[in-house]
Amino acid sequence: MNNLIKGEKHDWEMVIGLEIHAQVKSNSKLFSSSSTKFGSSPNSQVSLVDAAMPGMLPVINKYCVEQAVKTGVGLNAKINNYSVFDRKNYFYADLPQGYQISQYKYPIVGEGKVTIDFKDGTSKDIRIVRLHLEQDAGKSLHDQNPSKTYVDLNRSGVALMEIVSEPDIRTPDEAGMYISKIRSILMYLDTCDGNMQEGSLRADVNISVRKPGDKYGTRCEIKNLNSIKFIKQAINYEAKRQIEILESGGSIEQNTMLFNTSTGKTRPMRNKEEAHDYRYFPDPDLLPLEISKEEIGKIKSSIPELPDELKNKFIETYKLSNYDASVLTAEKQTSDYFNETINSDSELKNHAKIVVNWITSELFSLLNKNNQDLNNSPVSPENLGQLIKLISTNEISGKIAKDVLEDMFSSGKTARQIVDEKDLQQVTDHGEITKVIDEVIAENPKMVEQYLAGKDKLLGFFVGQAMKLTKGKANPKMLNDILKQKLNKKN
Amino acid sequence: MKIDKNTINKIARLSRIKLDDKESEDYIKDLNSILDWVEQLNEVNTENVEPLSNISSSILPKREDVSNDTNSSDEILENAPDKLEGFFAVPKVVE
Repeated sequence: MNNLIKGEKHDWEMVIGLEIHAQVKSNSKLFSSSSTKFGSSPNSQVSLVDAAMPGMLPVINKYCVEQAVKTGVGLNAKINNYSVFDRKNYFYADLPQGYQISQYKYPIVGEGKVTIDFKDGTSKDIRIVRLHLEQDAGKSLHDQNPSKTYVDLNRSGVALMEIVSEPDIRTPDEAGMYISKIRSILMYLDTCDGNMQEGSLRADVNISVRKPGDKYGTRCEIKNLNSIKFIKQAINYEAKRQIEILESGGSIEQNTMLFNTSTGKTRPMRNKEEAHDYRYFPDPDLLPLEISKEEIGKIKSSIPELPDELKNKFIETYKLSNYDASVLTAEKQTSDYFNETINSDSELKNHAKIVVNWITSELFSLLNKNNQDLNNSPVSPENLGQLIKLISTNEISGKIAKDVLEDMFSSGKTARQIVDEKDLQQVTDHGEITKVIDEVIAENPKMVEQYLAGKDKLLGFFVGQAMKLTKGKANPKMLNDILKQKLNKKN
Repeated sequence: MKIDKNTINKIARLSRIKLDDKESEDYIKDLNSILDWVEQLNEVNTENVEPLSNISSSILPKREDVSNDTNSSDEILENAPDKLEGFFAVPKVVE
C-alpha cells in the first residue's frame, strides 16, 4: 500500500498520533455526586465540589476507576496497581478550580495495543502509550453574545479517560479506523457511550510530516475534533500546510491548532506558550490510587466478548470473510442483531452470508434512508430471519423479498403475512412457467427470429416479458432454463 | 536553581498576579532563600527510593457511583458577578 503524498519536490509521509478523550459512562462525576446527564438546564448539575468552593474535597468514584481498568483490559494494556492524581494548572473560565485533576507521571493504565483491519484483509497494530483518568472541564458558549462568554459547569468534573496512542498512524483513513476501533471497544465494554455528537468521545490529533525513512518532523497538535470526518479533513489540511512550508524552505513551528469546521482549515491557537506550562504536581487532596491484583482479576473476569474475539468466532462458525465479520462486529448493536437473526431459525446457520447481506446492505440502506438506527429498527431480527428463510427455501425470489422488506419496514407486518396477503409465493411449477413462456414466444415471432439469428441480448427481453406475466413471481432460474431450452428447440 | 526577574514575571503571569518592581524584588529574595533551604534535601541519598506522593499512609477513600439530583444552581450562581438564564457570564474569551 502506498501511504505517501506527492509533494512538488518529493514524496512525504504523515506521522500521526491521537489523544482520545472518552467520557466514562457513569451516573455521577469523578470526584463528586453530581449527575452526569447530558442536556440538562445550565449549572443544574454542579455541586460545591464542582464549583470549587473553598474547603470542598474530592472523593473518588469507585465505579469510574473500575471502568478505566476495564477499558485498559480491552486495550490489551498493562494495568498499574499504583497511580497518582496530579494537578494540571491553567486558568480558563470553564475551569473553576484553576487546575484540572489528571494523572501525569503515574497513569492508571500503561502500554497496550489495538488492531485495525483493512478492506484488503490485512491489518495493523496501533500501540497505546497510556490511559489516564481526569476531570472534564465545563462548557463555554462563545457565539451567544458579542461581548460575553457563557459558562455551563454541568460537564465540569465528569470523568474522562484520555487514551494516548504512539505515532503509529500514517494516513487519515488509518486515523479514522483507529478511532472507530477504540469507539467500538468502548461500546462493547460499555465504559463510554461513544456519542461523538454529544462530545462523549473527542480527539486531539498530533501530526507531522517527513521524507520516508527520516526522523520525525516537528509536530502540531489539532485540538478537540468531534467527528471522524473532521479528523480526516483536519489531518489532510494540516499535512498539506506543513508540506507547503517545508517545500518552500521554511520550518514548522510546534503549535497548538484549532480546526474550523466550516472552512476546513486549521489555525494556531493564541497564547499557547503560556498555556503549555501546566506545573503538574501531586494533588495533596488525594491519596495515591491503589488497586489490588484481586480487584483487577475480578474486573477482568467481567469483560464481555470484544469485537476482535467475536469477529474470529463469526469467521470460524459461519465461514464469513474477515471483512464481512469486521463490518458485523464494528458496532455492538450490529453483532447483536446478527446473532439474534441467525439464531431465530436453525436453518439460517447455513445461510450466514445471505443474512450478512440482508442486514448490511438491504436493511442498512432502508434505515439510512429513513434516518433510523438499528436499535429501533421497525424490522425485528426474528422477522428478518423469517424473510431470509422464505428466500432460502425458494418461497419467494430475492427481488420480491426486497419489496417485502420495504413493506415490513413501513407496515410492521411479518414477512409471512405480507407474502400471504399479496400472494407473492414464487411460481416453481414447471408446467405453469412453460405455459407462460409459450405465450411469450407465440406473441413475439419477430423477436424470436432475431434471437435465433444471433441477437443473444434479446434473451433478457423474453425473461422480462415472462416475469411481467407472472408478476415477478416466476423462479428466475427455472424461467431462464426453460426459456433457453424452448428457444433453442426452435433452431 | 536561581530565581531571576524573568522567572518571577513568568510565575506572576501564570498565577494572574500583578507585581510591581518592589514586590518582584522581595519575591525574588524570598523564593531564592526558600530554594536554598530546600536544596539541603540534596544531601540525602535517595537512590532506589520511590518518590512519595503523599505522607499519609491511609488508603484513598472511594464512593459508590450514586448521583444526587439536587439542583443547586441558585447557590452556585449566587456569587457570580454576572449571569444570564442560568449561565455564568464572563468577559468574552475567544480561541
